[in-house]
Amino acid sequence: MVRQLSVFLPNKPGILAIFTELLGKNSINIRALTVADTADYGILRIIVDDPTKCLNVLKEANYLVSETEVIAVEVEDKPGALHQIAKLMGDNGINIEYIYSTLKAGAAVILIRVNKPEKALELLKKESFKVLGDEIYKI
Amino acid sequence: MAKRYEYWNKEMELKNRKELDEIQTKRLRAIVKYCYEKVPFYNKRFKEIGLHPDDIKTKEDIVKIPITKKQDLRDNYPFGMFAVPLTEIVRIHASSGTTGKPTVVGYTKNDIETWTELMARTIMAPNVTKEDIVQNAYGYGLFTGGLGFHYGAERIGATVIPISGGNTERQILIMQDFKSTVLTCTPSYSLFIAEYMKNQDIDIESLSLRVGIFGAEPWSDSLRKKIEDALHIDAIDIYGLSELCGPGVSVECPEKAGLHIWEDHFIPEIINPETSEQLGEDEQGALVFTTLTKEGIPLLRYLTNDISILNYEKCNCGRWHARMKKVIGRADDMLIVRGINVFPSEVEYQLMKIPGVSENYQIIVDRDILDILTIRVEVTPEYFSDKISDMEALKDKIEKHLKANLQIHANVEFAAPGSIERSIGKAKRVIDLRKDKI
Repeated sequence: MVRQLSVFLPNKPGILAIFTELLGKNSINIRALTVADTADYGILRIIVDDPTKCLNVLKEANYLVSETEVIAVEVEDKPGALHQIAKLMGDNGINIEYIYSTLKAGAAVILIRVNKPEKALELLKKESFKVLGDEIYKI
Repeated sequence: MAKRYEYWNKEMELKNRKELDEIQTKRLRAIVKYCYEKVPFYNKRFKEIGLHPDDIKTKEDIVKIPITKKQDLRDNYPFGMFAVPLTEIVRIHASSGTTGKPTVVGYTKNDIETWTELMARTIMAPNVTKEDIVQNAYGYGLFTGGLGFHYGAERIGATVIPISGGNTERQILIMQDFKSTVLTCTPSYSLFIAEYMKNQDIDIESLSLRVGIFGAEPWSDSLRKKIEDALHIDAIDIYGLSELCGPGVSVECPEKAGLHIWEDHFIPEIINPETSEQLGEDEQGALVFTTLTKEGIPLLRYLTNDISILNYEKCNCGRWHARMKKVIGRADDMLIVRGINVFPSEVEYQLMKIPGVSENYQIIVDRDILDILTIRVEVTPEYFSDKISDMEALKDKIEKHLKANLQIHANVEFAAPGSIERSIGKAKRVIDLRKDKI
């Protein structure tokens, strides 16, 4: 499991720029990101190189932020790779709450939040998927 | 264990109903005569309707007297309502009127003495004594809050810190170093202080506060709970308005079951704000007060527009002085949204009942074709989720709760922490955008 930070951002022009400026100034590098949006606000979910530092920086700046653990799986960067994971989860009655991805050299990393994380991890390992841990912060 | 009740003026504070009625009747007749003879405004108004002071014989006769409104004070700005020449006035205060000219009031030497006596009773009613250190964070100046508390707290022999409002960092430093036990300010400022301490990681246990006396704006019982939990104090409601003297008209005793009105100095009434008809005990309406002892600017049946209910039962604290229910809202603050009456304080009361909603919120009314009510709330960190479905479920819960309890549909919007303006003085929680569109 890897540490993901979720940040509340009002859905208005300029808000993301203020946020990214803060991260840049504090030399925090974003490894992966996704935004879920509604009419008035969005939830930005990020994997960063230094989650502890990032959490402190955001709290200090009065952001509404929470930490969640998500599963990171490395797959080959080729057609059908995501399907294997989606099928594995679906066949075993695990609901994917959200999913996003990022790239690393020659491979893709899939980030998933599921309703039964322990069961999902067990299945992925059994099927010999490459589940990532702390190394994700350094990709 | 028996509760402790302190009294500044035990004799007057423990008068029974019959004794209070006798005092009121006697004083009412005198003040009516005084107004008729000394205030041209009242003289003219009495003559216009053929009323003579002799027609007011009993307390019940009070309904014969016309209601005095704030506009009457404005029309006679600045000193036209005074009953004595300025040579007899030793102090001027003015209301914090945000629109138009301020409402001006003048005090004779005796008025200052009476006010001090009433503030001494008021501060002592929640068991504040000479042992206490009172940090007075009400503004000093034309506003009556600062000086009113100052004189009253000094009178009971408490140690007064006249810090006035603002400069939160300094307020906290003084509270820590001087070991203040009582904080007096607006309820919204007390929350502002609590939030500031939380953000700065200042331990609440580093303070010695035990009581807060909060007034000058309506606040709900659920907000009281938030303040009490945040500052580890007893939060007491106090009521007053500059037209009547300032703070010191009424206050809660430790029972927190309504605010005792000092009836030897004021006759309270509840009227229907639309028809001006007097309403009975336990009926909700606008508060009206007649001052019984004021010399500088006596007022007969002055309409406050504050919505409350009166209760004349004897209280557990031993006082018979009538209790007014915590002010529910102001008749002129009342919003009419799609034909439904909405009191901002009721919205607050309902919002505070929902876990996850912080005390920072804003009510926005706009008009498209129909009125649109939007409530902006800041979500507390514990309830912030990475899942939109959780956040939308919370939003839905708030909307359903408001619909069920206020019979009105409101759109709830989430706002970023700190984005809703915090207040130091009176809270600006309502924005009515319809005014520009009529």
